[in-house]
Amino acid sequence: MGSATEYNRRDLFKRAAAITVLAAGSSSLLAACAGGTGSSDNKSSSPAVGGDSKNPFGVKASDPLDVVIFKGGYGDDYAKAFEDMYKKTYSGANISHLGTQEISGKLQPRFNAGNPPDVIDNSGAQQMKLDVLAGAGQLADLTALLDAPYLDDPSKKIRDVLLPGTIEQGTIGDKMYSLNYVYTVYGLWYSAKLFKDKGWTAPKTWDEFITLCGTIKAAGVAPFAHQGKYPYYANYVILDLIGKQGGAELIKKINACEAAAWDDPAVLAGVSAFYKIMENDYLLPGTNGMTHTESQTAWCQGKAAFIPSGSWLENEMLASTPADFDMAFLPIPSLPGDKLPATAVRAGAGEPFIVPTKAKNKNGGLEFLRMMLTKEGSGKFAAAANSLTVLKGGIGADVQLKPGTKSSATAVDAAGTGTFNFTYPDLQTPFDTELQNATNELVNKRITPKEWVARGKAATAKKV
Amino acid sequence: MRHRKYPFIFGFLVVPVVLYIALVIWPYLQTFGYSLTDWSGASPEMNFIGLDNYTKLFKDSVFLGALQHNLLLLIVLPLATILLALFFAFMLNVGGRSGTGGVQGVRGSAFYKVVFFFPQVLSVAILSVLFQGVYRTDEGGLLNGVLSKIGIVDPAHPWQWLADPDFGLWCIMGVLIWSGVGFYLVLFSAAMQSIPKDIYEAALLDGAKRGTTFFKITLPLLWETIQTAWVYLAIAAMDAFALVSTMTPGAYYGGGPDHHSEIMATLLMRNFITFGKAGYACAMGVVIFFITMVLSVVSLRVTRREKIEF
Repeated sequence: MGSATEYNRRDLFKRAAAITVLAAGSSSLLAACAGGTGSSDNKSSSPAVGGDSKNPFGVKASDPLDVVIFKGGYGDDYAKAFEDMYKKTYSGANISHLGTQEISGKLQPRFNAGNPPDVIDNSGAQQMKLDVLAGAGQLADLTALLDAPYLDDPSKKIRDVLLPGTIEQGTIGDKMYSLNYVYTVYGLWYSAKLFKDKGWTAPKTWDEFITLCGTIKAAGVAPFAHQGKYPYYANYVILDLIGKQGGAELIKKINACEAAAWDDPAVLAGVSAFYKIMENDYLLPGTNGMTHTESQTAWCQGKAAFIPSGSWLENEMLASTPADFDMAFLPIPSLPGDKLPATAVRAGAGEPFIVPTKAKNKNGGLEFLRMMLTKEGSGKFAAAANSLTVLKGGIGADVQLKPGTKSSATAVDAAGTGTFNFTYPDLQTPFDTELQNATNELVNKRITPKEWVARGKAATAKKV
Repeated sequence: MRHRKYPFIFGFLVVPVVLYIALVIWPYLQTFGYSLTDWSGASPEMNFIGLDNYTKLFKDSVFLGALQHNLLLLIVLPLATILLALFFAFMLNVGGRSGTGGVQGVRGSAFYKVVFFFPQVLSVAILSVLFQGVYRTDEGGLLNGVLSKIGIVDPAHPWQWLADPDFGLWCIMGVLIWSGVGFYLVLFSAAMQSIPKDIYEAALLDGAKRGTTFFKITLPLLWETIQTAWVYLAIAAMDAFALVSTMTPGAYYGGGPDHHSEIMATLLMRNFITFGKAGYACAMGVVIFFITMVLSVVSLRVTRREKIEF
């Protein structure tokens, strides 16, 4: 009589359990590696430029449009407004809209399977890296968009109505792959009200800044906070000091990941100036381990005087900012012997929008971008997201700006042509990651400015 | 009867086995395949590059550091969790006052059981948020707040906890142990309750103390359950991704400061998603798979003992 009881039942269960546990435990890691097995055919039709000035890409009104928007600090209401604009012209289009923070999670499988959406706001912590996508041949060349007529004034081309730096920001090699739609200004932020109450004046030079920090500390306020868990905010200060000291040539070399750039004395001068904050113990206690929310909230509560950030800060902190805070912007103060003027400010296009090569309605995606670049689109964005766009003079007098945005817009005007920008955070991810690690060590005084420079130089070996 | 057995077994097994092959085995095999390519993870195109990823992997100092951190977790996490859980389970079930006739737990043991089990019902996301509040680096943090009130921590230079290079990984371990002990406590409790009371009573009559009953009776009779717990915990130690990636500093999936709390899973994700080195990341996945499998088999073999029937 053979039967199942021949086996030791308990052993059987135990083995089964062990196998299940094994499978469950490791599959979470391994399942992530399941790539697409979709078709890899390249049957993308290239857009016909110069056809009809009303419809330069030859969009078929009946083609559906698939839009994916990063729903972060700017929300996604503005994109719905754009979609309504698109529908007005192409009434037959069935638009599918997805607002999400999980850009990679939602889109990586679709890219691998060869059916990506038609237009993507590829931003946020989980953005798909542009260097990776472009390297894999997944991104449409936006040159056709640049040469298409501007909707508000068809005698101009799109490339003529973009703020300086926009095209460069989206260019990898010699092609433009992303339209960075939001004009972002980087620097230090403070409460003009706090400064007025205490009788402090915003410093112009770094020496004045360090002196003022002493005064601020004596008054019982921490002079400087930063988003320590994410060291790239501190890098805005360091790299701006370096960039202003070394000039446009140096910025270009750093962006290109050239090792020789790090031998320039401006690099050591910049980081040493920054290090004075640590030497004099001017940091908000605990700021080195804080998230952006924690540190920025402490700053809004008046526990710290200065914090580095981009101009999204005001919209991001809207809920925690006291009504009379009077947020104000300060370009990174200048060092003696700077090659760039004191008014120079890091500013440029952010929030990259992309059109995939293999999108089904690629022409519709390009047309969507063209509609964003209109006075109507730009105004809708400013109203919904409290930020400027890359369209020249894109905001009419009817749009009311908040104090921080207004203050940063003034700084951009003062800078004139003296704006600069770093592209390496978008285009040289492994290098940027390494540099962030080094900065984290620096703010904790575990390495010296000299060692920071050496690590930056070594990190250039990770050039993409 | 015999000839009817196989169709019967087959009928029951065919669906689960097919599902298992399609959803578990096949992705595993695919991963092995991808690990031999330079796949970027962002396009279906890739080239076969042989074992290049593996040779690079074992020269990558960050990966070797992450491997060490996982091994540290592998030693500390099961040991600490099982010891604590065993101690608590013993106290709650048979550790009560001796000499009162009968064997019982300490007073209020039913209440403690619920309290200890409570962390287990919290999801990892909640754990992460909760303990970021505990470990906060200014006085708003629970630990820094309390420690600076009693004068151990200088409020101008609070402790860094997760952001401290020597301390970060231990902070993560603290969370893993805190959240894990309750489950194993209940597991061991259940196993202890199946041990006949008369064995304990006989030992008590012979004048055995708590320690003796624990080591001579409870532990040997619980061995199989401990073995299972060990395997579970070892696998948890090889993962730990969710907590490390959300709680520790560092760009893209944490692991900082400066790789001091880097584990293989965070490194894998960063290479897969951020750096576009999916083939390389798959090679890491394969290494993790083999380590986990070898560990499970070894720990089940080594700890095998003569079974005691009761």
